[in-house]
Amino acid sequence: MAQTRPLSPHLGIYRWQLTMTLSILHRATGIALAVGTLLVIVALLALAAGPESFAKVQAFCASPFGLFLLLGWTWSLSFHLCNGIRHLAWDSGWGFEIPRAYATGWTVVIASLLMTMAIWACVLTRGVA
Amino acid sequence: MSAADLQTPLKRARGLGSAKSGAHHWIVQRITAVALIPLCLWVIWLVLAALHADYAQARALVHQPVHAVLLIAFVLAAFWHAQLGLQVVIEDYVHTRWLEIGSQLAVKFFCVLGAVACVLAIARIALG
Repeated sequence: MAQTRPLSPHLGIYRWQLTMTLSILHRATGIALAVGTLLVIVALLALAAGPESFAKVQAFCASPFGLFLLLGWTWSLSFHLCNGIRHLAWDSGWGFEIPRAYATGWTVVIASLLMTMAIWACVLTRGVA
Repeated sequence: MSAADLQTPLKRARGLGSAKSGAHHWIVQRITAVALIPLCLWVIWLVLAALHADYAQARALVHQPVHAVLLIAFVLAAFWHAQLGLQVVIEDYVHTRWLEIGSQLAVKFFCVLGAVACVLAIARIALG
């Protein structure tokens, strides 16, 4: 019996592509950022509560594990923001052609890395303010 | 005259799905996404500005009405957007009924409580 219908991709033998990777990362970073709201809640409650609790949050953020989390969340936010703009462009009907989907995809990757580096450059050099 | 012109409006609309609230989730996800673009950039700046500040300076920053208002807007948009996104993730991947309902409820309760706690904290700082 001839199989004429297109088949779903068999993920075990499917070559990884930029577009599918970014699609998965968009969800993954979204989930990571949702978890990251915990830090937003804790930091704001601590700022409202007083200097002692705020110092504890600052100490946690400055700890190696805290810095690791903040770095991860910085890139997650940068990526989700840049790729979110890519999604909004798609929603308007722009950028569905395969070469353009790849071009915008690589743009998002590079922009998110540059954004992360710029933010941490400000952190490390005590810039801004 | 093409065949489409002879169709009644009802015939043309049939099979295209609900014209009521079907796209509401999708639309609100986009509205909160658009709002979060400038709000996120501003929050990044605010956090960087407060990063090396002492407690009084950080509090004074959030005490300013502009920052308090934008921070509340950010918190509401972020928790709303997070809830919408997590809801879809759970719908897609959790297929055990009680786990699905349980996690959907947990996500919604967490987002509402988180938003309320953040707004109260910002209000205390802004008004205190």
